[in-house]
Amino acid sequence: MSTGSSWSARLRAATLEKHTPEDLLPDTQPAYVASWIYVFGILTLSALAMIIASGLVLTLRGPSWWHVSTVGHYVNSVHLWSVELFFLFMVVHLWGKFWMAAWRGKRTMTWITGALSFLVSIITGFTGYVIQGNFDSQWIATQGKDGFNATGIGAYFNALNTGQAILLHVSLLPLAVGAIVVAHVLLVRTHGVVPPIDAEEIK
Amino acid sequence: MSLLEKQRKVDVVKWSGGKRSYDLVKEATIAFTVVAVLALGLAGLFSSPDDKALTMQSWATDSPVDFAVTATGELAGSTTSAGYGPPYNSAADGQTLFGVSPAKIVGVKIPVDPATDFVINPLKQLHDPAVDSAVSTWSAATADQQAKWATAYGDALTKANAASVTDASGTYGPVPAIITGLMGMAKSGGLDGALTTENSNLPTDFTKPMLFLADSGSYFSDKATAQHLQGDQMGMMNETGSYPGQSWLWLMSLWYQVDPFKSSDNADLQIFLLVGVLSLGFLLLPFIPGVRRIPYLVPVHRIIWRDYYRRHK
Repeated sequence: MSTGSSWSARLRAATLEKHTPEDLLPDTQPAYVASWIYVFGILTLSALAMIIASGLVLTLRGPSWWHVSTVGHYVNSVHLWSVELFFLFMVVHLWGKFWMAAWRGKRTMTWITGALSFLVSIITGFTGYVIQGNFDSQWIATQGKDGFNATGIGAYFNALNTGQAILLHVSLLPLAVGAIVVAHVLLVRTHGVVPPIDAEEIK
Repeated sequence: MSLLEKQRKVDVVKWSGGKRSYDLVKEATIAFTVVAVLALGLAGLFSSPDDKALTMQSWATDSPVDFAVTATGELAGSTTSAGYGPPYNSAADGQTLFGVSPAKIVGVKIPVDPATDFVINPLKQLHDPAVDSAVSTWSAATADQQAKWATAYGDALTKANAASVTDASGTYGPVPAIITGLMGMAKSGGLDGALTTENSNLPTDFTKPMLFLADSGSYFSDKATAQHLQGDQMGMMNETGSYPGQSWLWLMSLWYQVDPFKSSDNADLQIFLLVGVLSLGFLLLPFIPGVRRIPYLVPVHRIIWRDYYRRHK
């Protein structure tokens, strides 16, 4: 017999019981959700899916593959352009949420997880740029190292150590971005879409 | 109580007003299809840049004078790497802010001695009797004598604008033989391998060759200038060719273009900390008085929710 104080019961109460099936997979939305700005969240997620898919293909043949294969170069190009689209959509999404003051109504953590995913994505993007294995990556790594070194971070993250950057780029950092994005989406689904500023109280 | 202060019920509880039909799965499918077509299409149309990496071999072959002068500078202790400080060595304190150097506090964690690591140790793998003899002479000399030989030879190379000069009077000690040996090793491609496999047979750490290359007087930076990658060209957010690059780094790149950062010796530390503080502000924006009021004062939300406001005049 389960008790409300067990770890399992507490975890269930904090996660599963906070979401109804309708929350997680809605087929209705408040009437005010009627603007193109709402599309940019799902576009950002779609671009992230393309980044992960093209990145996984690149990992199958190793970091040198795209330099010597036409197919590999194309997959690398898909990865690059997916990243460009990802940041474009995410920036529009962020600006939209700023102008909506979307942190209202206990949605502060939704804003924070969204902003955090943007910042961690920038670090992930940087590690991607320094592992290209070409002149661009050489220059970015030698210039970027000075900033990291100045703050003391360079002693632990060495931009010139390509092996370290590769492992961070394909393991730890994507997992971090993925976990933050999952938390962000669950928060959005839990709290719903923020109502218009000065919307009338519903009786 | 203003809208800012109160947690209005309408903002917190589930919306109980008018609803419209919506299909999350359909929207996600359409969005993914559009993004996939865009990414696949842009990749097909514009490809991605891939300018060949520079190597010790290409440097020594294409720009032998610069290579010889830089290698001699490593022996003389006059290059950027030789005087860098932490995390590589103790030759300097690193950048400071209000008298504090985070790099110095953290200390030397990636030890690099440019003269030994970039020049002397690789040459020991050559097994050339003439070079071995020169290296032995170099190693047996005092640091003061080594600096005199290397500085004099570096000056002579620069003055003659040559990759080597003769030494009839022995002013340069073993340095000419060392640099000639290193030049040959670099041109053969052997130096590239030697610099990356000193600690492991798996060459994944390019710290040494990249620091050496970055010490170059012109070879490395001239190529970067031609590709608009320098710091004063907003290079941090550019990439080779005419590609969009890391445009999201515009805010960090911007500070490097303006004073007092532009002319500061501690610009990296100042700008990284400034951007760190701004990033923290971005994360915690809902708590910052004034900034969190902007969406209420500038009515962009009236455009976003125009249908709602039209219906609720």
